[in-house]
Amino acid sequence: MIYRETGQFKTTYASDQQLFPILQDRIFVIGFLVFAFGVMPFIGSEYLFRAILIPFLILSLAAIGLNILVGYCGQVSLGTGAFMAIGAYSAYNLAVRVPDLNLVVVLLLAGVFATVVGVLFGIPSLRIKGFYLAVATLAAQFFVDWLFARVKWFTNDSSSGNVSAPPLEVFGYGIDTPAQRYLFVLAFVCVFALMARNLVRGAIGRSWMATRDMDVAAEVIGIRPMMAKLSAFAVSSFIVGVAGALWAFVYLGSWEPLAFDVNRSFQLLFMVIIGGLGSILGSFLGAAFIVILPLMLNQLPGWLGIPLSTAMISHIEFMVFGALIVFFLIVEPRGLARLWAIGKEKLRLWPFPH
Amino acid sequence: MNANNSRNMVGAFFVLLALGAGSPMIFGEARFPQWLEVILGGLMSGVLYSLVAIGLVLIFKASGVFNFAQGAMVLFAALSLVRLMEKMPLIVALAVTVVIMVGVAWLIERLVLRRLVNQDPIVLFMATLGIAYFLDGFGQTVWGSDIYTLNVGMPKEPKILLESTFEGGILVSMEDVYAAVIAATLVALLALFFQKTATGRALRAVADDHQAAQSIGIPLNRIWVIVWSVAGIVALVAGVIWGSKLGVQFSLQLVALKALPVVILGGFTSIPGAIIGGLIIGLGEKISEVYLGPLLGGGIENWFAYVLALVFLLFRPEGLFGERHIDRV
Amino acid sequence: MNLNERTTTAAGRAIGDVVLAVEGVSLAFGGVKALTEVSFDVREHEVRAIIGPNGAGKSSMLNVINGVYRPQHGRITYLGRTHGHMDPHDAAARGIARTFQSLALFKGMSVLENMLAGRNLMMKTNIFLQALRIGPALREETEHRKRVEEIIDFLEIQHVRKTPVGRLPYGLQKRVDLGRALAAEPKVLLLDEPMAGMNVEEKQDMSRFILDVNDEFGTTIVLIEHDMGVVMDLSDRVVVLDYGRKIADGTPDEVRASQAVIDAYLGVKH
Repeated sequence: MIYRETGQFKTTYASDQQLFPILQDRIFVIGFLVFAFGVMPFIGSEYLFRAILIPFLILSLAAIGLNILVGYCGQVSLGTGAFMAIGAYSAYNLAVRVPDLNLVVVLLLAGVFATVVGVLFGIPSLRIKGFYLAVATLAAQFFVDWLFARVKWFTNDSSSGNVSAPPLEVFGYGIDTPAQRYLFVLAFVCVFALMARNLVRGAIGRSWMATRDMDVAAEVIGIRPMMAKLSAFAVSSFIVGVAGALWAFVYLGSWEPLAFDVNRSFQLLFMVIIGGLGSILGSFLGAAFIVILPLMLNQLPGWLGIPLSTAMISHIEFMVFGALIVFFLIVEPRGLARLWAIGKEKLRLWPFPH
Repeated sequence: MNANNSRNMVGAFFVLLALGAGSPMIFGEARFPQWLEVILGGLMSGVLYSLVAIGLVLIFKASGVFNFAQGAMVLFAALSLVRLMEKMPLIVALAVTVVIMVGVAWLIERLVLRRLVNQDPIVLFMATLGIAYFLDGFGQTVWGSDIYTLNVGMPKEPKILLESTFEGGILVSMEDVYAAVIAATLVALLALFFQKTATGRALRAVADDHQAAQSIGIPLNRIWVIVWSVAGIVALVAGVIWGSKLGVQFSLQLVALKALPVVILGGFTSIPGAIIGGLIIGLGEKISEVYLGPLLGGGIENWFAYVLALVFLLFRPEGLFGERHIDRV
Repeated sequence: MNLNERTTTAAGRAIGDVVLAVEGVSLAFGGVKALTEVSFDVREHEVRAIIGPNGAGKSSMLNVINGVYRPQHGRITYLGRTHGHMDPHDAAARGIARTFQSLALFKGMSVLENMLAGRNLMMKTNIFLQALRIGPALREETEHRKRVEEIIDFLEIQHVRKTPVGRLPYGLQKRVDLGRALAAEPKVLLLDEPMAGMNVEEKQDMSRFILDVNDEFGTTIVLIEHDMGVVMDLSDRVVVLDYGRKIADGTPDEVRASQAVIDAYLGVKH
């Protein structure tokens, strides 16, 4: 009853093609943004920011990047962690060696470094497909792991590869408190998400999806699969690189190569699968799921009244993840985003059954 | 495996061997026994990689699924065996573990494979990723996550051979030799199974053409359970050997991840390819670690296999033994 | 000039000069000879049919024309330039569009998105403007949307424009395939069995669409089709292939009367 489109007629193509064509959606989103930017910083607890919101936002960003590559363009990548690492260590090197550079510029340049490497590793994708590409991306993952651990230059000669980010400040404002960090990350994520959404519904997004669905036909209508794949790698690596830099600087503070190992790559892939391949909203939902689940599992001993060691909890976490992946692939391969869309459909009819 | 491809592979193998032989000259080491030890060591670890890869190939041939969970199966099998051995003698524990692996295969077919029958290969691949994580967590929940020593009676003392010919002799790990022998026996048994038994023939039919096999009455579901069980047993053997060498622990899975480059080299559908691919990777890894390692700071083993696979893929996108794919429009 | 050759199409539009010509094209896959020394030409604005029994090499011929297959011998002359082989991307850029026998639609996208993809070559704004979706990028999207909507109207598929194509019934999918090819505003349209699997009503609709395209936009059409009635009614000239060779070339009436063609269809050894 509330979520009806009756009376909302579009008279121009521009209005039909806008991001949120349904009025109720627009109101919801604006309200949500007002709350997120204007209210949350004041009411949120430190724990909420540190342990939930900030990791959720940054991982969503990385998931958006991965989704562009895997979901929209159909190129399987198991090396996302490596690109986050490149972003993180580039940002570190820039911050340390060029100390007067603006933080935002540092983060964006870190993304550019990741893009260059991303395009390089994207070149094999022109010939290699499917699982073969997945294994090739593992080459990137393990090589980069090794690179940052062994080549001292990258880590400013730290012995174990462990480095710390300098104190953060942008345009004179410090970014120290959790609330400030949250706002900083939120701003980045909103801008990037909007741009990603624009890209996927524009010509370049269509070229990605065409290449994913049938690259021979795509070529015949004039899309160059090569350009589509390389641009997907480029955009994806850029976003993932920036996310990596944010993860290192804003969330972790100090880190080592292990923070971006193959487990991180798998974690991001799970987010994208569970959240929904080929959906920006899905990236957020998947990230939320994967961030919140361990926290809920940590409460499990309390609920069940049985004491469980942290090791045991992490094992149960693995089991639940694995089972959920399989569950989603069987029941709803288009992930949480599809469930959300179905929910909205039902809401349009509510309170009527059909 | 056609004649051309097998020539390629064997050629590659000997090139690598020659490289290994030549590198002491290049890098100034002139001690014959030392490089022989390196080569033998490389071949041995190659054998172990091959074992895991064989499991992958089996499953791919029969069900077209790339089983990412093979590594988890290795760990799970080894874990089960080790813990069972605490309560019962080796033979019984082995038998029970085999039953467990068959059970796992049956569950996987029933709960997962059956419901994903006509999906994209990438969906099936991701499902096996999920299974891998599940088995991982489940195994460690049920059996615990400490490092367990697995003692199946393999000799731990290295032997020194050919003392008379070479000064100091050559250090050979007897355990590795036993492992190679066991692996070879396994391959021979598998070959016999496929060629001589009715079930083996049925498996080959399914690998050739699912629909045709179904139309002559071969029950696909049962075949898949059998294949995954056999893969499970192969995983068990691999787990026993690796576990005996390294101890049964989580990193076993990372080791198994290396089987992926092996099947890339050897092709997804060829057991001989898996063997030779494993040997090449094992050899290449050892050689590069020993001779390139000091130059670059060590740790080459972590990525060598994958980068090698990547380089091969650049020249042969369908793998060394893969079939050319013609897109029909 | 052959006195029987038509100088105007069925609708009265003047048929122009040769716009596409294939000469001596031979194509083989391994030992299988798909095409042997095939030569014919296509004139501007005409409807040219390629017919022949199954396996005659008709689809292969279309694939050669738009560059998907590379012939071992022969040349293709298009708009005055001659090549041994055309890159599919070039073919598309120079105005050749096609539909596929087995519907190569992008299953993950909606009808609108599929058709907009067909216009990809005309979308020039760079990636940064697209990301911000302002100014030129926004104008371009809206402009192209307008053109695509015209084609959607023409093909009468407005009601399914936002449906993912995978969910549409076969007949509608065929129309979307045609729509995607039309969206490129091609000079030459290659249609590979556009009426395969359709019932009588659907065939009438499709015939109407094809004639309208040829009539209103003057598009040259090269058409593979099995339904003889359709071919005879729609086309200005016909090429007949059998076992990869050309066995007849002329107006529908000429071809219908040709003994070689009759033999080929009746399966008489020749």
